[in-house]
Amino acid sequence: MPRKEIKLDHSIEHLSILDENGRLDQDLMPDLSKEQLLRFHRGMLLARRFDERLLLLQRQGHIGTFAPVKGQEAAQIGAVANLKAEDWMLPAFREIAAILWRGTLPSALIIFNAGYNEGGKIPQQQRDFPNAVPVASQLPHGVGIAYGIKYRKKQEVVLTFFGDGATSEGDFHEALNFAAVFEVPAVFICQNNHWAISVPREKQTKSKTLAQKALAYGIPGIQVDGNDVLAVYAATQEAVERARSGGGPTLIECVTYRLTMHTTVDDPTKYRQEEEVKIWEKRDPLPRFQKFLQEAGHLSEKDIDDLEKEIKEHLDTEWSEAQQQMEKMGNPLDMFEHVYAQLPPYLQEQKEAFSQFIEAQKEADHA
Amino acid sequence: MPELTMVEALNLALKQEMEKDDRVMVLGEDVGVDGGVFRVTDGLIDAFGKERVMDTPLAEGVIVGASLGMAAYGLRPVCEMQFSGFSYFAMHQVEGHVSRLRWRSQGRYTVPMVIRMPYGAGVHALEHHSESKEIYYAHTPGLKMVIPSSPRNARALLVSAIRDPDPVVFFEPKLIYRAFREEVPEEEETFPLGKSRILREGNDLTLIAYGAMLHRTLEAAARLSEEEGVEAEVIDLVTIHPLDDKLFTESARKTGRIVIVHEAHRSFGPAGEIMARLIEKSFFYLEAPIQRVTGFDVIVPFFAREQDYLPTVPRILAAARQALSA
Repeated sequence: MPRKEIKLDHSIEHLSILDENGRLDQDLMPDLSKEQLLRFHRGMLLARRFDERLLLLQRQGHIGTFAPVKGQEAAQIGAVANLKAEDWMLPAFREIAAILWRGTLPSALIIFNAGYNEGGKIPQQQRDFPNAVPVASQLPHGVGIAYGIKYRKKQEVVLTFFGDGATSEGDFHEALNFAAVFEVPAVFICQNNHWAISVPREKQTKSKTLAQKALAYGIPGIQVDGNDVLAVYAATQEAVERARSGGGPTLIECVTYRLTMHTTVDDPTKYRQEEEVKIWEKRDPLPRFQKFLQEAGHLSEKDIDDLEKEIKEHLDTEWSEAQQQMEKMGNPLDMFEHVYAQLPPYLQEQKEAFSQFIEAQKEADHA
Repeated sequence: MPELTMVEALNLALKQEMEKDDRVMVLGEDVGVDGGVFRVTDGLIDAFGKERVMDTPLAEGVIVGASLGMAAYGLRPVCEMQFSGFSYFAMHQVEGHVSRLRWRSQGRYTVPMVIRMPYGAGVHALEHHSESKEIYYAHTPGLKMVIPSSPRNARALLVSAIRDPDPVVFFEPKLIYRAFREEVPEEEETFPLGKSRILREGNDLTLIAYGAMLHRTLEAAARLSEEEGVEAEVIDLVTIHPLDDKLFTESARKTGRIVIVHEAHRSFGPAGEIMARLIEKSFFYLEAPIQRVTGFDVIVPFFAREQDYLPTVPRILAAARQALSA
């Protein structure tokens, strides 16, 4: 009974198409029209400007805590741009770019972040899930939906987003294992942004890459430059096609960086070095993509200025829209909505008693 | 009408619902080929195939989490936690998502799913196989929590749970899984969630119980009648959440004397909530302090001592006499 080796002939592929100076690897360039490329650009720029607007609103006290997306726009847009309307998208809590791309209005996100549940409402035809705050907890939901798709013999695909920290959670492992065993049409997009609040990626796991975790489940895994929208798009396109054609799940690690805070309540200067941030600012996905588009003759300085102006106006309108809607959301009895399909009698009693109390208070205040 | 055990009656409910509705799925650990460790899902895989009767990897979190995804997709998953003592691996999915998705998505997604699990002491099981933690689920808004007490009632209740538009936690008292048989009609029967039932009418005293402890309570009621001429009303709670407080507060108005029996721990247990509602709604009709006969506030002991942990007929009789003597 010797000690012997079981050879695993696996390695992890890393994909990069557009470098930080906007230089392109022509051979790897995915087949994309000018219109599609410009749509990616608009999606990334809109997310960047909206994120900045949210931060401003938060600092002014108009909205509550939120998780800024700055730096991760390419990872989100590159991935979600592969989905059709009938596909499913499950965000974690930092997927501002992906959510906007899928059709959610900035006003809804403002309302949500201002503390009104109504902002979390998802339009009937839109197949997105609401934000999942507990880390990695949305992955099992994605595999359940994907199982339903397989059971119904549909051609839909489920795409779920999560971060590097999520790969330490049991739900990540349980979901990937389940997805692999049942070969469901799910694409797992890990945005490795290097920090899980204050804990760096190298203290999250001893694994050299996060993509290699796919090997343990017997599914394909790939690492891509997550700040390169073209690389994320190409890798996700392959994974989505595989899922749609019955080839099962894929794990994609997008190597990216969270350029600001985890959420608006923490101070990243406490736990990470400014030098590191500076290195990643040079790898910012937005300027490199703009440089590429300009050099390819798809985008001029004036186009960018016009787009910036259009986005600013759009966000101004959305902010006033959100304000108008929130003015109508003052009724505290709304908290009793959507707990059950039908309010059980005891809850109806609580609601009525609270309603009477509110009315009595109003009368007392009036008198 | 065939005479079935509770296990067979639950199997019948699943089988008939799966025949009627191809949205109904069964998933869990060993529920397929093995038919479930208690055989509740026996034969379903042969009838409906492995796509609808899924032997899952050993991972409670994803069993519940994936069931949520299936439910949101339009299916009607019935997932099994092999024992309630292992369901805590999935508790974060239940509390964090299953109970909340309707609310969190403002009605866009609903979660019509059932989480079945055997619970309770009395069958000489291992550690973590005997607890009675219904209150964890009853305390969580967005869930319904039910416990059957007989084969016929179990079958009707499971059918209603599967058809309910909201998530239902379905506790199965394993002490009475095979303890007795009962006639169960072939034709469809349902039992509304949120309703209790009176199993024995009486004017002297109200006994409230559910699950396996109901049978000890019924025995105590019979002895009170035979030996002391005391006629106790016995209520089977059936639904732990939402509580049918109308039924037991009305009974309290009639009898004025109450004993509540359950095997769950006493502190912050179901009896505490029932007492609170009785005091809120029937206080001026009460003629004696309300009595509780419950499991003690200790970890459920290994099986050599489990019978001493559980409420017994003598303990129920003692509490009843206490209520009657005041």
